[in-house]
Amino acid sequence: MPLIETVDLCQKYDRRDILKNINIRIDKGEVFALIGPTGAGKTTLLRLVDLLEMPASGKIYFDGRDATESKRVRFEMRRRMAFVIQKPIVFNISIYDNIAYGLKWRGVKKSSLCQKVSSILEMIGLSAYQDRNARTLSGGEAQRVAIARAIVTEPEVLLLDEPTANLDPLSAAKIEELITSIIHQYGTTIIMATHDMSQGQRLANRIGVLINGGILQTGDPREVFTSPKSREVAEFVSVDNIIDGIIVSSEEGIVAVDIGGNKIIEAISSYPVGEKVYACVRPENITLTLSKTTSSARNSFIGQITQVVSVGPLSRIEINCGFRLVALVTKRSAEELGLEKGRQVYATFKATGVHVLREN
Amino acid sequence: MPEIWQGLIKAIELIVTLDPEVMSIAGRSLTISVTATLLAAVICLPLGSLIHFNRFIGKRTLINLIQTFYSIPTVIVGLFVFLLFSRAGPLGGLNLLFTPAVMIIGQMILIAPILLGLTVSAFSGVDKAIPDTARSLGASDFQTVAVVLKEARFAVIAAILLAFGRAISEVGLALMVGGNIRGFTRVFTTAISLETSKGDIELSIALGIILILIALIINIVLNRLQQR
Repeated sequence: MPLIETVDLCQKYDRRDILKNINIRIDKGEVFALIGPTGAGKTTLLRLVDLLEMPASGKIYFDGRDATESKRVRFEMRRRMAFVIQKPIVFNISIYDNIAYGLKWRGVKKSSLCQKVSSILEMIGLSAYQDRNARTLSGGEAQRVAIARAIVTEPEVLLLDEPTANLDPLSAAKIEELITSIIHQYGTTIIMATHDMSQGQRLANRIGVLINGGILQTGDPREVFTSPKSREVAEFVSVDNIIDGIIVSSEEGIVAVDIGGNKIIEAISSYPVGEKVYACVRPENITLTLSKTTSSARNSFIGQITQVVSVGPLSRIEINCGFRLVALVTKRSAEELGLEKGRQVYATFKATGVHVLREN
Repeated sequence: MPEIWQGLIKAIELIVTLDPEVMSIAGRSLTISVTATLLAAVICLPLGSLIHFNRFIGKRTLINLIQTFYSIPTVIVGLFVFLLFSRAGPLGGLNLLFTPAVMIIGQMILIAPILLGLTVSAFSGVDKAIPDTARSLGASDFQTVAVVLKEARFAVIAAILLAFGRAISEVGLALMVGGNIRGFTRVFTTAISLETSKGDIELSIALGIILILIALIINIVLNRLQQR
């Protein structure tokens, strides 16, 4: 039996659909990441799961019990969960009292409360500041207090909404570290919303892609990133190259996709001839060379560089091969090869590096 | 001019020697206004939280209406309470007119709008995410309201102090429904107005000084609070 299950969950605000028929099942001990762009409905879904608001229709089961049953039931269930909302909110009292609140509300005895709060303070590395007013903390520290405040109650389910949004990379890394240690130490079931797919990949063992109020795909992180099931998901998991075409031949699992202009992309797929498809190629799977080379890669196109943009240690290179292709190479390679606007290059990628997606 | 100086010196003498007349008036004034403020707060704080936490039709209008009554003239409240408690009035049977009790009721009515309105705005000043944060950490409805109240504590205390300031400094109402009866309903403001018209300015000045001192203390506390 899943710990949390939603059945045809819908939510509307002012007659506008926010969530449409959400069906998710989350097992005990699972770390589930809800990924999706801003405004997709991730926060609303977390609020519904935490029973902070009622769905327009559909049901939520917590540990097998229908949460829409009564207010009393929802209150009891909410006490078995903890929700860290996106904006780190701390109460205008000391750090210690902030963390102690949840335990006080549950009537935990003072001696055990003291011990629990102290050990959590140590975990987040803020023991020395326990008497300081929490309002004086930085964003990253406040978020650590917010997470500590949630886990001190030893929830069965921890809900995290964009835990590292608006934080600098260093603070974000500390938060991720904290989440990882919670996963290892407590084995808490976690549902986290994030728009950062790589974060989902790092922390979660299952991912749900929420776009426009609907769950478009769930699966293990690798699967979602390498084999998106629809164009929207592919776009979101930053497959920059989504090229539409039609399958013109299929032989022993290798298909040829005609992408127009007498150009063919070879790929691994089981779709039949005549099927309209998208050929998805991740930009990091494309190799650039100055001259045509012989290799095992099935796809090679000549084109002219139209744009070079630096992305950290990488260069994002746009090439016009009669169709638009984006490649990601290290800055050093780009410099050594002299890749700049106007240069002619060969873009090469393997048939296994192409994910074929049926046009819906 | 010499009269005023004499009056001032005499007034300080009255205060320093703890003149029984001055002390009894001060004590009565404080008792009546503190009681009125506390009773009004006990009613208005929960009422204000009800207004803030519930969504209903006409909420905005209600708040506007409450704010309009911030500056209601004290004599209008006096007239209303007088009519209510006069012999022929609906509550005349209680025989409360010209007693400290009716003065307390009058002051409560006078300051209720300030307390209500400022409580609502104190709650509105609290981050919208605070109630949800509390509930998500397992707070019951009652515990959630307590958290919000605690977050708004400085603004709420400021509201209570302002209300007290208005209660203790008004004269129209105290005169109309209290009647300025010596040793029974005579308070700072009514005594000052009466003694001044009688020409006994020493007592007036002494009471005036104490009243200003109270105002000063309220102001200092308010400033402290607003700096937090």
